[in-house]
Amino acid sequence: MPEDGTMTILFYGIGGQGVLSAAEICARAAIEDGYHVKKSEIKGMAQRGGSVEAYVRLGTKVHSPLPERGRVDLLACLYESEYERLRSELKKGGHDLFPYLKKARAVVGDKTIFLNTYILGIVSSLLPVRESSWITAMERTFKRNFEQNRQYFLQGREAGARNDL
Amino acid sequence: MSAPNEERSVFLSGNEAIAWGARHAGVCLASAYPGTPSTEILETLATFPEIEAQWATNEKVACEVAFGACLAGKRALTACKHVGLNVAMDPLMTTAYSGINAGLVVVVADDPGMSSSQNEQDTRRVAPYGKVPLIEPSSPSEAYHFIQESFRISEKFDIPVLFRITTRISHTKESFVLTGQREIPVKPLDKNPRKYVMIPAHARPRHLDLEKRLAALKEYSEQTPLNRAEIKDRKTGFITSGVSACYVKEAYPDASILTCGMSFPLPIKKIGDFAKKVRKLYVVEELEPFLEEQLLQAGLAVTGKKPSWRCGELSPSAVRAIVRRQDRNDPLQKNRRPLLCAGCPHRPVFTALKKAGVYVAGDIGCYTLGALEPLAALHTQLCMGASIPVFEGIRKMTGDKKTVAVIGDSTFFHTGLSGLLSAAHNGTRGVVLILDNAITAMTGAQSNPGTGATLQGKPSRKISPEKLCVAAGADQVDVIDPYQMDAFYRLLQTRLAEDKLSVIIARSPCRMVERSRQSPYRIDEAACKRCGLCLKLDCPAIAKRDDGTVVIDQGLCVGCGLCRQVCKFQAINTKEGASGA
Repeated sequence: MPEDGTMTILFYGIGGQGVLSAAEICARAAIEDGYHVKKSEIKGMAQRGGSVEAYVRLGTKVHSPLPERGRVDLLACLYESEYERLRSELKKGGHDLFPYLKKARAVVGDKTIFLNTYILGIVSSLLPVRESSWITAMERTFKRNFEQNRQYFLQGREAGARNDL
Repeated sequence: MSAPNEERSVFLSGNEAIAWGARHAGVCLASAYPGTPSTEILETLATFPEIEAQWATNEKVACEVAFGACLAGKRALTACKHVGLNVAMDPLMTTAYSGINAGLVVVVADDPGMSSSQNEQDTRRVAPYGKVPLIEPSSPSEAYHFIQESFRISEKFDIPVLFRITTRISHTKESFVLTGQREIPVKPLDKNPRKYVMIPAHARPRHLDLEKRLAALKEYSEQTPLNRAEIKDRKTGFITSGVSACYVKEAYPDASILTCGMSFPLPIKKIGDFAKKVRKLYVVEELEPFLEEQLLQAGLAVTGKKPSWRCGELSPSAVRAIVRRQDRNDPLQKNRRPLLCAGCPHRPVFTALKKAGVYVAGDIGCYTLGALEPLAALHTQLCMGASIPVFEGIRKMTGDKKTVAVIGDSTFFHTGLSGLLSAAHNGTRGVVLILDNAITAMTGAQSNPGTGATLQGKPSRKISPEKLCVAAGADQVDVIDPYQMDAFYRLLQTRLAEDKLSVIIARSPCRMVERSRQSPYRIDEAACKRCGLCLKLDCPAIAKRDDGTVVIDQGLCVGCGLCRQVCKFQAINTKEGASGA
């Protein structure tokens, strides 16, 4: 946890990738653990393949839905050509998950609908939120394919814990 | 009458929080027309069976239905986006004179930064102009509480309340606890023509009364906890409202802050007292200098922002820059360009219009994307329903037959119909295209009179646009599937050559509703001459590789076959058959 007690995760990619559901699960897992959470998203034209971004902020009392520029603790980019657009939001010493994206694509193969869950697993390995809270949050969000999602999530979580690129 | 006390933890967006607050405030009717970022307010209200929630044809109608419900003694709500309130201004202005019976709240969602709008007007200015109180929450949890307070204010002061949010509040989710219970204040229908028939003889005393009500509201604003001062460090103080309050607290957590939850009428005395307690006083607000001007007028020494900050959203970093008296200097964000969906029936329409080389007066909806390269076949877009009148003005002045209007079904029902009536009445000739996908697509597939279902998805009367057009005075009405590209193009050419007012209804379902897929198409690399004709369709499923070959993404393609129709070398086929489906 940073000194001011609020932690910021930025998920981004393009419409249809499940960026928003990854952010939703992250937020719900943190709430499950008792954090105050604000989640803010830009999805104006997401359905039409546009850029999508979602900030999740957790702490004891979160004020702003947006962090100060360049103060993101954890950067989770899900789409290669979008990476540059927001990478400067990451703070010095923050975690950049972009190096994992190649590995994530290799793991999920043509099952690209699980890319978000795998990345979420990596995110989970870096946040002070219990594993059971993540699983509960996923169960509530994914009505279908929960078991498969859980598998990809746990693979990502393990890769994150082992720093396995 | 009240339900058992509810207390539960929730994670709600600002829009959902407003719906829950309205439910607990005992709202019985809510009416709106969809508009980003306000749409989910009604979609959430529609999940509560005890509330009559509905999509109206436009915002003016929605506001009037809500007013009727409040006269009947039931609390009512209408919601719209900022430009939607422009459409509802006529009823709003006079309801302030009449006043209300049961509480009436008008929720309006501004869009600073224009995530999905044609302008970034600051609706707060409507409050002094319309002489109505203005409530501004700064977060979803505040929205939940403040909307309930707004109904009490409405009834206490006999006035509609303007409840203003912004995109960042509408679409931010927050974890908090719901504490309310549903209370329904019951009143009989108010039969009082002196109050509700605004002929001049009645409106004159009501105006005088309105001034008294505003004076009382000014006193109330000094007392209400909606306006709250937090004294901390006395070196720096901030006056703010809405989501800007959150940005100030993030950037300057130790500063003193006065957050105006009721930003019209402003609590000038309270702000004056606050000003005495701090050495330097800043005003931080998004868009227009609405608070700043009122405070300067009251003779308070406040420091505002440079004019460049009237554009776009603020953020914690923006607050710092404003305090440092810097100009707005955002790095240009390279967002991906939005596209029509794969299989979208608007694509063949714009392909044909481009081929015909016509000037297109457009309207508001997904099809506005037809203005962007490479389709680039739409030339004006102003506001809801403007296409047919703008087309009429151009056509009458140029006499050029190669001018058409393009409007979607929902926009046609919203305010397009009156334009067609007027065009027919004034002897206009030419072609109007209605792109009929039987849904309000741009805001995420909401129902409209042509859908055949209500907001709750219950079957309802399905209104026929072709019958409406005949009744409105069109000389000729054709209905055609635009995917029959050759037939559609021939029909367009025929109607363009005639001297009549004709309407072509291009009918095909929206891809967000019609999810079924045909077999995807593939490009035969040997047959492909790389001419790029299929790429000009701007389909998200078709892409050019670095090596120059063109490929169709098998996951994105829905098998509409448009690319096969435009390919001159028979290079595009399905996996199954050489000639395609």
